[in-house]
Amino acid sequence: MALVSLHDVTAGYGGAPILHGVNISIEASDVGVIVGPNGAGKSTALKSIFGLLKVSEGSIVFDGDDITNRSPDSLVPKGLSFVPQEHNVFTSLSVSENLEMGAFTRTDDFADTMTEVYDMFPDLKLKRHQRAGELSGGQRQMVAMGRALMSRPKLLLLDEPSAGLSPRYMMEIFAQVARINQTGVGVLMVEQNARQALGFATKGFVLANGSNLFTGTGQDLLNDPDVAKSFLGGHQP
Amino acid sequence: MNELIFFINKVLISGAILGSIYALGAVGVTLIFGILRFAHFAHGDMMTLGAFVSYILVTLLVAMGVTAPIPLGILVLPVAMAIAAVIALGIDKGFYAPLRARGSKPVVLLIASIGVTLMIQGLIRLFAGVGTRSFFDAEAKDIFRIDMSWLGATRDISITEPQIWMIGLTVVAVILLHIFLTGTRLGKAMRAMADNMDLALVSGINTALVVRVTWVIAGSLACLAGTMLALDVTLKPDLAFNIVLPIFAAAIVGGLGQSYGAIAGGYLVGFAETLAVFNWSAVLRPLNDVLPAGWSLPQNLALVPTEYKLTVAFVILVVVLLVRPTGIFRGAST
Repeated sequence: MALVSLHDVTAGYGGAPILHGVNISIEASDVGVIVGPNGAGKSTALKSIFGLLKVSEGSIVFDGDDITNRSPDSLVPKGLSFVPQEHNVFTSLSVSENLEMGAFTRTDDFADTMTEVYDMFPDLKLKRHQRAGELSGGQRQMVAMGRALMSRPKLLLLDEPSAGLSPRYMMEIFAQVARINQTGVGVLMVEQNARQALGFATKGFVLANGSNLFTGTGQDLLNDPDVAKSFLGGHQP
Repeated sequence: MNELIFFINKVLISGAILGSIYALGAVGVTLIFGILRFAHFAHGDMMTLGAFVSYILVTLLVAMGVTAPIPLGILVLPVAMAIAAVIALGIDKGFYAPLRARGSKPVVLLIASIGVTLMIQGLIRLFAGVGTRSFFDAEAKDIFRIDMSWLGATRDISITEPQIWMIGLTVVAVILLHIFLTGTRLGKAMRAMADNMDLALVSGINTALVVRVTWVIAGSLACLAGTMLALDVTLKPDLAFNIVLPIFAAAIVGGLGQSYGAIAGGYLVGFAETLAVFNWSAVLRPLNDVLPAGWSLPQNLALVPTEYKLTVAFVILVVVLLVRPTGIFRGAST
């Protein structure tokens, strides 16, 4: 059974819908990547899962439950975590306080989860008492992902985790995403750096104008001449 | 030496008292702004209301014949603050929460809070009249005089018992607030929500709970500040309405949304006001001996006449907004 699946989802910000009957489905073992041109509705698809905008038609099923239009604070305890693209850290809080906020819904001891996050991002451990606003872009992205992992999610939603990062940090973030996935957390992410992201994705979804254009494994999409021509900047030799 | 003691009495003690009251009021204003993003204009009247709650409790105790080694107004504070917190929650639930649920803009909430201001003042006048009351009808206000004759002074440093309590309780309140904001999960969630509301929602922070806690803290601190002000001067229906402007100035000067900024801003405005109305002639009097013959200091050398004390807060506000628009502690700008 799929961990999360969107069935013919139509959604938008209140005005005209941005998504028109989108279908996305991934397993817990998957890294799903949504790619597509600007304005295709990639982020909208993520936000509709997390209840950040209104789904007018279709349904979203997560872990066996219908979560269509559920509020974000009720989804976190169910095992969903979302990392927004921008403003994704509490700048005036320290790194460790940021992580603690990710565990707000947990009533048990989360010290071991915090240790895991620090093991995953050793840079953060060194800077744990520093304000998140003082960190570099890549380190902030690590704080944001660490915060999202603190609730021990089953599914991690990442909105353009590599946006604005240097290639070195981008590869590091992608490597961490793959490692997070290996621990049994499903990942669904939106990416602009489509070629690199599809390179390690197990499932890829190409959206255009709010609809599915292509769906397949990451390698399938990379090898598909139409996808390559339209969305990956032509054929790679 | 008398000049120094005059300075201590008129500036250090008065400024600390005024600053404490402004600081406690401004913390409430700044917390509400940080969490709910609107200027809570009715905060002054929540202070007045809190003072009236204390007054009613004191009257009850006096009627029951209770006496205490500390002023009754201080004794009833824990109960009065709890009642004021409940009232603050009720005001939010009755007037602000429905507007928020409809997605009203901050300016709508600001206007609503002006309505709450008029309503609270009207209710107080309806039930308590427009007169002035004193907490010290049934008991004496103790005044401590510190003998300074060992320094060759003939004047004493004088401070009243409520004033000592006032400074002490403000320090305690600030320390407790600091522990709450930095040491508890809910306090951190409050800072997180003030920092980034959207991310707080995404993180699963219980924002409704944080809003309630904000009102509990703001309401109880308003009661503390209002009661202390009434203990220092007298209780009247427009007690704290008159100082709502310096309180807002203190919150803005400190940086809106910044609790520590509000405390610093409160003392800054408080001391600035007392320094501005202080009659410097009294301190400079010894200079009369060295001035050339025929010269003498004027009788009154205050920078600002007492009646215009409020303008000082505005001058500070304008200067800070020009030089550092987000306040000393870099708060929110919108």
